[in-house]
Amino acid sequence: MRFALRRIGFFALTLWAALSLNFLLPRIMPGNPVESAIASLHVPLTPAEMNAIAAQFGINTHQGLVSEYFTYLGHTLTGNLGVSFVHYPTPVTSYIATGIWWTLGLVGTATILAFVLGTAVGAIAAWRRGSRLDSTLPPLLVFTTAIPYFWVGLMLILVFSSVLGWLPSEGGYTLGATPTFSLSFIGDVLQHAILPALALLITSIGGWVLTMRNTMVGTLTEDYVRMARAKGLPPHRIMMSYAARNAILPNLTGFAMSLGFVVSGAILVEYVFNYPGVGFMLFNAVNGSDYPLMQGLFLLITVAVLLCIVLSDIATAILDPRTRTAA
Amino acid sequence: MAMPISVSSGQPTGLPEPSALPSAGGARGRAARGRLITAVRRNRKATAGAILLVLFTLVALFPGLIPHYDPTRIFFGAKCASCYSTPALVQSSPSAAHWLGTDLEGHDVFSQVVLGTRAVLVLAVVTGLLTTLIAMVVGVAAAYLGGFWDGALNVVTDVLLVIPLFPLLIVIVKYLGQSGNLVLILVLTVTGWSYTARQLRSQAQSLRNRDFLLAARVRGERSFYIIMVEMIPTMTSLLLACFLGNALYAVLAGSGLQFLGLGDPNMVSWGTTLYWADSQGALQSGLYLWEIVPGLCIALLGAAFALLNYAFDEISNPALRPLRAKNTARKKAALAIPTVGGLASDEQAS
Repeated sequence: MRFALRRIGFFALTLWAALSLNFLLPRIMPGNPVESAIASLHVPLTPAEMNAIAAQFGINTHQGLVSEYFTYLGHTLTGNLGVSFVHYPTPVTSYIATGIWWTLGLVGTATILAFVLGTAVGAIAAWRRGSRLDSTLPPLLVFTTAIPYFWVGLMLILVFSSVLGWLPSEGGYTLGATPTFSLSFIGDVLQHAILPALALLITSIGGWVLTMRNTMVGTLTEDYVRMARAKGLPPHRIMMSYAARNAILPNLTGFAMSLGFVVSGAILVEYVFNYPGVGFMLFNAVNGSDYPLMQGLFLLITVAVLLCIVLSDIATAILDPRTRTAA
Repeated sequence: MAMPISVSSGQPTGLPEPSALPSAGGARGRAARGRLITAVRRNRKATAGAILLVLFTLVALFPGLIPHYDPTRIFFGAKCASCYSTPALVQSSPSAAHWLGTDLEGHDVFSQVVLGTRAVLVLAVVTGLLTTLIAMVVGVAAAYLGGFWDGALNVVTDVLLVIPLFPLLIVIVKYLGQSGNLVLILVLTVTGWSYTARQLRSQAQSLRNRDFLLAARVRGERSFYIIMVEMIPTMTSLLLACFLGNALYAVLAGSGLQFLGLGDPNMVSWGTTLYWADSQGALQSGLYLWEIVPGLCIALLGAAFALLNYAFDEISNPALRPLRAKNTARKKAALAIPTVGGLASDEQAS
């Protein structure tokens, strides 16, 4: 219980840090790019919107920094992230909502696949220590973890779209198709998701395999494994319930760490594939100097990552009693 | 911040890395360096990584070794009726004169790749060094000082650790405007030290109550001296591994930002070359090599750092080393508790 409270406190603190970063960044940067973005804006801002922008970016402020800060916190915590400049007058929150499901679907599927496949392969590699699989896989995977995400995406487009013409190279679904719950539309969406998901899978699976393999090489030498052997348990049981099960725990903790990488990969991959998720949105916001949207997306991505870490924390606590008493 | 690949980095709270512990002092330090070089030569992953790194370094230091053009020189295409200007500015396909073709402005792409090596390598090495340095100061200070400072530094480290860095980088770099190498290095360094700091902190913590540090304290040495002369030298191999991980991170994150068009578009660097390739439609016009080669260079340089990093993990953690032939022959026995287990438990004991 104390552990849970401490974790909650930590996440609240992180959230506050992210909010404050968002508030401070435009203020400490040289010049004020938001000002010029507003100047080039051909839309009439209402006083309320102007007030929100003032709180967010410190433009035309008649308030002190401190009261601005609290106005900003108030706005953000009540879900008011301002109005998108480019998609005026759509509020940032409702614009982001159109992209979030695409990203969750794509990144979620790719990450879970990478985790499950990678952990399984890593466990097998460690179990068959010194086999051909185990000696060829690690160097290869060390290489794949060093490949830039976006380049994998580009190469997949090159091979499967440009040269072979098997799969579509951009978008979340065929242009002009109406999103419905029909079988053909779902098939279309899946077809468009294959290459981006593959790009994420290729670059992120290596980390899972290597961590799992190296941890399990360690657990295989533990006394409880020796004991299991001495008891004459069948090998698959030793592998699954004794060695692998204990080796997964650090992998789960690593899950939280790796999320940042997956998110950054997702941004680049979505950009390469013009995938309609939040990553591509972030790129477009940056490109169009849509500062409210850009900062809203940063916040949203941070919150999403924090939530995932909480989930993996809970999973670790359920699977590993030691973490409940430690820390 | 390094990729969570290895055991030691997968468990930030981890056990002491014993092989990193001894070897303070001159003669022993030299012997350790000798052992390190031998170990690198014996480990095939390390050899491959080292060769790649040396090759790239040579090209970065002496780009003249590979014949290339001035990357700003404009090559005009043949006259054509349908072009806007005569002589025409056209992208050209790879040829004997232009191995990777030219871009829309008539610049030779191969020359950009050759000259881009330096920018990328500087970004990687300087960012790697600076991040590791900051992480070392924060991590070791937290572990050594303990108490309030440990708590405070830890909270800062942990918060930075869970905030997704790439979106943050995008936002910061957008505000700063198109960034050259110097700005990229600064931004990557300021945001990217937390993971390493955590690793170094747990390593330093495991050292805290060792006899040679107690002895130094009893001698009445100042904290600064103890940290710099007694603690840091014992962590050399971990520091090296962290440097490699951070350099890899810098290559990938920096190139990613440049690819998104957030770098200085006039700078010659692999990520920028890819940005131009993508925005000038290289894939659509069939100029595949323009997209393939710079990306492959990033991947190879990254692989050099990653391979060395992974190999160092194997070198410093004997349990991970590939089994020798006689062990693999006895397949089932390869789980050889006597041999492998012996090493591993020795380690935990120390």
